[in-house]
Order: sequence, then C-alpha cells, then structure tokens
Amino acid sequence: MRTRTTLPALGKLAALAAAALVLAACGGGGGGGGATAPGAGAGGEALTLGFSQVGAESGWRTANTKSVQDAAGAAGIELQFSDAQQKQENQIKAIRSFIQQRVDVIAFSPVVESGWDTVLMEAKRANIPVILTDRAVDSTDTTLYKTFLGSDFVEEGRKAGQWLVEDTAGGSGPVNIVELQGTTGSAPAIDRQEGFAETIAQNPDLKVIASQTGDFTRSGGRQVMEAFLKTHPDIDVLYAHNDDMGLGAIEAIEAAGKVPGTDIKIITVDAVKDGMQALADGKINYIVECNPLLGPQLMDLVKKVAAGEEVPQRVVTEETTFDTAAAKAALPSRQY
Amino acid sequence: MRDLLRRPVWPLVALLLLNLAVMPSFFAVRLQDGRLYGSLIDILHNGAPLALAALGMTLVIATRGIDLSVGTVVAISGAVACTWIASSPDPASPGTALTGIGLALALAAALGAWNGFLVARLGIQPIIATLVLMTAGRGLAQLVTDGQIITVNNGFFAGISGSALLAVPLTVVVAAAVYALVALVTRRTALGTLVEAVGINPEASRLAGVRSQSIVWTVYVFAALCAAVAGLMISSNVNAADANNAGLWLELDAILAVVIGGTSLAGGRYSIAGTLLGALTIQTLTTTIYSVGIPPEVSLVFKALVVILVFLAQAPKVRALMRRRRRRRDDAPPPAATAVPAETAGSGR
Repeated sequence: MRTRTTLPALGKLAALAAAALVLAACGGGGGGGGATAPGAGAGGEALTLGFSQVGAESGWRTANTKSVQDAAGAAGIELQFSDAQQKQENQIKAIRSFIQQRVDVIAFSPVVESGWDTVLMEAKRANIPVILTDRAVDSTDTTLYKTFLGSDFVEEGRKAGQWLVEDTAGGSGPVNIVELQGTTGSAPAIDRQEGFAETIAQNPDLKVIASQTGDFTRSGGRQVMEAFLKTHPDIDVLYAHNDDMGLGAIEAIEAAGKVPGTDIKIITVDAVKDGMQALADGKINYIVECNPLLGPQLMDLVKKVAAGEEVPQRVVTEETTFDTAAAKAALPSRQY
Repeated sequence: MRDLLRRPVWPLVALLLLNLAVMPSFFAVRLQDGRLYGSLIDILHNGAPLALAALGMTLVIATRGIDLSVGTVVAISGAVACTWIASSPDPASPGTALTGIGLALALAAALGAWNGFLVARLGIQPIIATLVLMTAGRGLAQLVTDGQIITVNNGFFAGISGSALLAVPLTVVVAAAVYALVALVTRRTALGTLVEAVGINPEASRLAGVRSQSIVWTVYVFAALCAAVAGLMISSNVNAADANNAGLWLELDAILAVVIGGTSLAGGRYSIAGTLLGALTIQTLTTTIYSVGIPPEVSLVFKALVVILVFLAQAPKVRALMRRRRRRRDDAPPPAATAVPAETAGSGR
C-alpha cells in the first residue's frame, strides 16, 4: 500500500524538478553563458571589452547588439558579450565575471536605473573603466563610470516639435495634435514628451488635445488611435514616440477612411526599416532617428578610455532626421 | 438568457453610460467601406481575442486548472504564421497565408497537448505545468522571429481582422461562432456536466466512469487553439508579429474575465455567458480609458478601482448587507404580505 502511494508522488516530484530545471535554465542560462568563454585577458596586445546587453526585446535592440559585435570585430577588440535577458541580477553577475576575468573595459546598457553602486564600486576598485551605453544610471557618484554614450531623448522630442513648428509656420488656425506615448514612466517616453511640448509651445496654435500610452507597440498604437479618431473627429497631426505605434495608428486611420500623411500628418521617432518604408510611401511625414548603431562610437571610446585619455562625461549618439526624400535615399542601405 | 441577466451586467452598462456622457456619439455606428464603424464595433472587434482566450480559460478553470501559457501561445501563433508568410517565395498569395495559419494552429494544438500531458498524465499542478510554457514559449517565439518584428503584406492574412461578413468584422463573427458552438456542445450534450464533474472531484468522477484524463487533455488543447486564433487576430490587426509584446499578460486578463463572469477558480461551475460579459467589460474599460482621456499615469489605478468595485459588489457579505438595507427601507411603509416569503426565498441562493 505504502509503495503504491509513494510511487506516483515520486513521479510528481521528478516532473516538478524537471520543470524547475527548465525554468532555471531559461532564467539564468544567458546571464553567464556568453561571459564565461576564456578571453585573451589583459596584458595581451588586443583590448578586451566586456559588454552586457539588456536583452533582445525589440528590433532596435537586436540592431544595437549587432552593431556592437560588428564594430568590435572591425576595431580588433576582443568582445566578451553577455545577454542579461532583461534581468538586473544577470547583468550584475556578468559584470562581476568581467571583473574576475580582468577585462580592459566594461560597457553595459543598464536594465534599470538604480541599484548599481555596489558592483560599479567593485569595478572601480579593480581599476576597470566602465562605459554606459544607451541608458543611464541614477548614481550620484559620477566617478563610478567614465562616460555615458546614448541618445538624447529630449532632443529627439525637440526635433519632432521643430519640424511641426516649421511645417505649420504659414499659420492657418489651430492645429490639433494627438500624442501616442511610449511605456508610461520609461525615460524615452518622458523625455520625448517633454522635448516636444517645450518646442511646440512657441506656436500657441499648436495644441495637444489627447495623449495616451500605446506601450511602444503596434497593437497599442492602433487601439488608442481608433479611440482617438472617434472622440476627436478633427485630428490634424499625430506624434508617436516610436515608429511601431505610428504604424499601428496608420492602420486605424486607414480603417476610418482617412489618408495617413495627408488628412493626418504623422511624426514618429526611431527610423526602423518598416517606419522608413511608410515614410517613403508618404504615410508618415517625418521621422526623427534614434540610432542603435552606436558600435563604432563605443569602440572609439573604449580605445580612448583604455589608453587613459580623458573623455567627456556624456557622449550623444550621432543622429539625424528623415523626410520622405531622405527616406527613399536611405532605405536601400537600411540595416534594421 | 435568464442566466445572462443574473450575471453582473451593471459594470458594463455603467461604463457604456460613462462613455455616452463624455461623448454623445459613442453609440453611433455607420458603414465605412462596407464595414460597420464605431466605438461599439471597436469594443467587439478588439475584445474578440480576449473573449476567445477567456473562453478556453473558462473550460480549463472549470476542471480546477489554470492556463498561464495563453499569452505565450498568442505570441507563438502570430510569430509562426507571419514568419512563414514573410519567408515564403510567394508572400502575397492566399495559399501561403493558409499554410501559415494551419501551421500556427497545429503548433498551438501540440503546445496545448503538452500542457494537457503535464497536467493530466503526470499530475503536475496546472499553475506550474503551464508556467513552463509561459516562460519558455516567449523565448521560442523570439527564436522564430529572430527577435525582430515581422511585417507581412498579405491580403488574405490581413483579412482575418480586416474583412467583414455582412458588414460585421470577421473577428466578431468568428468569436461569436466559437461561443455559440461551445455553448451548444457543452450545454446540449453531457460534456459540460462531465467537465464540471472533473472540476468538483477528478478522482470521484474517474471512479464514476468519466474519462477525466481525456477531458482535462481536451480542455488544454482547446484553450491553446483559442489562444492561437486570438494570436492570429492580433497579428493580422497590425499585419505584423511582435514576439515580445503580442499577448503579453493576456492570460491574466483572461482569468479576470472568467472571474468577473462568476466562474469559481475552485473549479466545478462555470458560465460561458458570464465569461463573454467579463471579456466585454474589460475591453470596454480599456476603451473608456482612451476615449474619456484618463491620463496614462493613473489609468491602472482607474482599472483597479473598477475591478475592486465589481468584486465588492459580488461579494456575498456585501450583497447581504445591501439586502438588509433594502429590507429595512421596505419595512418603513406597511410591509406587503408577500414580501417576507419572497425575501427568504431570495436569501436562499
């Protein structure tokens, strides 16, 4: 009797353990995996860079990763790449492992803003310079890292607003703007809203009549735009915090029987391939670039930092803007 | 029908009235390019994926289970269909789209069978068993799409959410048809009773001759298929597969819809009409936030407040309190002779 009851229980346990193993493998596998490969180490003539990436959560991020990998190869820098799968603990683990391997420079895109002081202090004590890419940390002690290389999201918002100010310069009555925000509370959403609002304040005719989050996704952009179109029948301009939400909104505008780009002018940020295609087709009017290809700039900084040269605390990614003509020209060679 | 009326219809009605107050044209429906167009249609159209996912969830919960992998299956089905279409030599042909859709559904059925296998055959707790797929599955979807958003340009695929049958969006038609079919099959045959029996006591129902294992297996496959159709609708709606965000947290909304509809998470009793009502309530809530213009910083608080209100109003203690107050009010004028028996009959349920 006893054996008969314990056997299924054992089976259950084994299955649970197997499930737990699968979960553990999924959670932690990527964290250390890339970082444990034996590198050339310090002392050799080739520089070693330990790079911890946020994850692979978007096309933008994938392009960012590829740019770093390609640029490292081109610059002859040994790259120790580690994917944090959007978990801070994986990233801290990766950075500690970089310190143990005594890489020459550590670079990373922080998953979140806070909680980095301890591990950055460890890097400082080990005399390994740290470069932040794409996202900042909120440490008050700025000596913990050498420099921060990334986009200026406020400036992106300003550029978007500037185009609208110039486009409506003729002045023919009020212009009704709706805004699709990124994920609530995220730095790009807050900053792109701020920069845009600040710039369009120059012209009192420009008014944001509705602003809602579309979570940076196409689905979100479409659903919110559908609701906007019904509540506000007189929309003139759409400002979306990224291309994807703009693309979703285009579907909603077309379903409402209006012509995107003509009836409703559309401004977005990012300049990913699909967005550029829509811009070339005239469905989007203007795109402010948010460049993920910061690999070459990063390698430049790595070399300078490793050589002990002074670098500025803040380096802004080289970025441009596109109108329809520029999009048509840039589209064939667009990498992401 | 009486079943539907006893369900909490009032939150839905209240939300619709709120919208009407803010926007007098809220109920207006017109024809746009041979398709009904209006806020109400949006609610039905955008609510169709959630309604389907919640329907599958209802049956799973009725067997005392839960399926956390719904959102992941949504992402996988969209990813598989769109990747197939985008990488085929003829990405615009209906045949390619059909194959992609078939592949997505077949894979979803296999994933559902995997869940069913873990739960029914190995006896793993459903919440753990489906957690495996919830976590690993999104990675699978990302692997399929290579971490990119896959955009497709296929008229047939776009038609899943873009076309209409007699001016009614196809998504709404499909969801309604599946609901009608499930209601018919579970309520006009013994299947519904068997599902409930398994939920109340799987061992007792097995001893009574019910094939518990096959029933549990079937509901997980069905839930995955519902999720896959929802995933196809979602990705067709934007003509793209977004492995990272499609169906994210949809399982929680589906569970919420089931619970708002009055199905007990302890299993054994379920209401299909209630689930439909729950799903529509959640979608209306989302649409309300957009059209009333609730700022995104507080929209989650607004959602939470509505959900808490709905559940408070359904709680037995609160209902008893309300009844007592109503009785006291009724007692003030000379009470009618029939009032007392009617009240005792009422408190019996």
